[in-house]
Amino acid sequence: MVDPIKVYPAKPSKVYFFGTCLVDMFYPDAGMAGIQLLEREGIEVIFPQDQTCCGQPAYTSGYHDEARAVAMAQLDLFPEDWPIVVPSGSCGGMMRKHYPDLFKDTGHEVKAAEVAGRVWELTDFLLNVCHIKLDDLGEPTTVAMHTSCSARREMGVAEVGPKLLGQLSNVNLVEQIRAEECCGFGGTFAIRHPEISGAMVSEKVDTLVDTGAKAFVTTDCGCLMNIDGYAEKNRKPITGQHILSFLWERTNGKKGDRS
Amino acid sequence: MSETAEHSPHHIDVKEFHPRAQAAIHNPKIRQNFRKAMDGLMTKRKSAFEGWDLETLRDLGANIRLRALANLPDLLEQLEQKLTENGIKVHWAVDGDEACRIVRDICKARDAKTVIKGKSMVSEEMELNHYLEEQGIEALESDLGEYIVQLAGETPSHIIMPAIHKNTDEISELMHEKTGTDLSHDVEYLTASARLQLREKFMNADVGVSGVNFAVAETGTLCLVENEGNGRMTTTVPPCHIAVTGIEKVVPNLEDVTALLALLTRSATGQHITTYFNMISGPRKPDELDGPEEVHLVLVDNGRSSIYQDDELLDTLRCIRCGACMNHCPVYTRVGGHTYGTTYPGPIGKILMPHLIGLDEGRHLPTASSLCGACGEVCPVKIPIPDLLVRLRQESVDGDKLHPAKVRGHGAKRGAVEAMVWKGWSWMHAHPGMYRFGTSMAARFRKLQPGQIGGWTQYRTAPKLAPKTLHERLKERGQ
Repeated sequence: MVDPIKVYPAKPSKVYFFGTCLVDMFYPDAGMAGIQLLEREGIEVIFPQDQTCCGQPAYTSGYHDEARAVAMAQLDLFPEDWPIVVPSGSCGGMMRKHYPDLFKDTGHEVKAAEVAGRVWELTDFLLNVCHIKLDDLGEPTTVAMHTSCSARREMGVAEVGPKLLGQLSNVNLVEQIRAEECCGFGGTFAIRHPEISGAMVSEKVDTLVDTGAKAFVTTDCGCLMNIDGYAEKNRKPITGQHILSFLWERTNGKKGDRS
Repeated sequence: MSETAEHSPHHIDVKEFHPRAQAAIHNPKIRQNFRKAMDGLMTKRKSAFEGWDLETLRDLGANIRLRALANLPDLLEQLEQKLTENGIKVHWAVDGDEACRIVRDICKARDAKTVIKGKSMVSEEMELNHYLEEQGIEALESDLGEYIVQLAGETPSHIIMPAIHKNTDEISELMHEKTGTDLSHDVEYLTASARLQLREKFMNADVGVSGVNFAVAETGTLCLVENEGNGRMTTTVPPCHIAVTGIEKVVPNLEDVTALLALLTRSATGQHITTYFNMISGPRKPDELDGPEEVHLVLVDNGRSSIYQDDELLDTLRCIRCGACMNHCPVYTRVGGHTYGTTYPGPIGKILMPHLIGLDEGRHLPTASSLCGACGEVCPVKIPIPDLLVRLRQESVDGDKLHPAKVRGHGAKRGAVEAMVWKGWSWMHAHPGMYRFGTSMAARFRKLQPGQIGGWTQYRTAPKLAPKTLHERLKERGQ
């Protein structure tokens, strides 16, 4: 599970950005927001154009040969020793925690472990490496937060989101009951066991709606797609946003900057 | 599975997981009973560990179990020797069938007609009750939850709280119908009625059968944790006591039990300590007033030694059967224990049962998890349950040529179409140019995206492709 002690690096001048396939195709705004937040902290962001996916979908489905081929294609994209930041607890968890196992007995163990050791979930990096200070420029609002299970349990960043949101003077963060319970996404789980996943997400949406907030933020696009998709289909009065998009919008002064 | 299992009317087809899950999801009573029970158990566990350094205690628990497993063969020999010295007869069973036959033979030698049972999950695994019935021997469960489940002709729905799926109304109706008790909401009354019925059985039973929580090798002591006193009655009142246990329950010293017991009761029911803690070290001695004349221990393998040979899967054997993984599992909470169709339900069942029944039979089990990690987080002996689930998924589709599968029935879940899909997926994501081309085409023609995506859109709207990928937007920005 979570590393007992996390040793954060000193704030670097450059970082690699691993965008994740869900951000790439469905939520590029969240990726842009993450990059802009880093740049505002004076960090140069390198985005290797040859990146695709961390390999997690195949890995958790048991297709490890296929996952390894995809993960292998990412290993050489980060040659300098700069940190690799990921706008997702789930993909971050795959790279940080599972790459060393995936490359066991392949001759690439050392490389995989080296890359894994440089992977950081982006909000954790902003708070604990960049020591970001957020200046809230938005109207007063109330939001709930859903931290993904992998962000919480694999990357150990459950405290990070609330701390960042806590810096925003006009944002009232309300907590859902059973905040630590899974929303039911689980990658292919949602497709393999739709009835169970559906029951999980319906209860998650209910608890979020019960907070009275009209909006929620989350660390992961998988949870966002799941919770938002359920709320939309069932006309529930709540919509979601990636936490990075939210933080950028609140502190940038203009909505949805697409520079 | 075993011969007895095939003949058993209670044998449930594991493969029917989906329809059973669906039925449970749409049963408001089941949903409500489990949600309420699990919420309560989670809260109680949390408060029971308040003031404790839980992580240090979990590390201690994990290390005790790992040390015991590292020396398992030697410890089992030591245990056998000590128990024998203490006057307890030790039997070894390769599988459930053999274990059943051993129990039968002991019963037959005493001409026993009735058996009273304390709670034992291994005896569920062996389907001992049905076997004994077929042999003309009555076996009555004396744990209240087990007793209720037995009255209903069901199997336990939880390893610690077998009747957790039933509420008071249901139990009252069941007892009224089967035992003639008055219909009542008064739990005290219902419990007292069961107690009266059971008390008579305890006094007249020829043999008592119990499980074992910890078997201490150094002293030859069988430890039994329970709340109702039925375990003590089972092991002391009948003239013959047979304990059954999996071979993994052995620990080196009595000291080890202290930490494990502290973890077990708090993790299971949120209790600081249970009402009864029995330490059985032998049959009645000549100068003693009570206790059985003879005591037996049946050590059951039933697939465990094959798990033991795998460095990774071995971790499954750390389990101390507290049920905390079930109590915290969002899937178990939604579907309840019977949906799994296995002796051990929930997360631990998903990693243990494939070894006991094979992956051909249990191939759906490892997939029935969102890998949220709640089970691993609460496990008092730190079994990496999510990692083992991924390992078993790999085994069930034979998905790793570098690390070939080993579990019986491996590859049973591999389908030609699914394997092709992953191959295609892998090829595209291992070729960045193709990936960029594919994703940018998808973004451009996003209006043609299908509105229905299998199980996903049954409950949610389809995800919406962005007009431009992040790759494209950054390229435009010169990155």
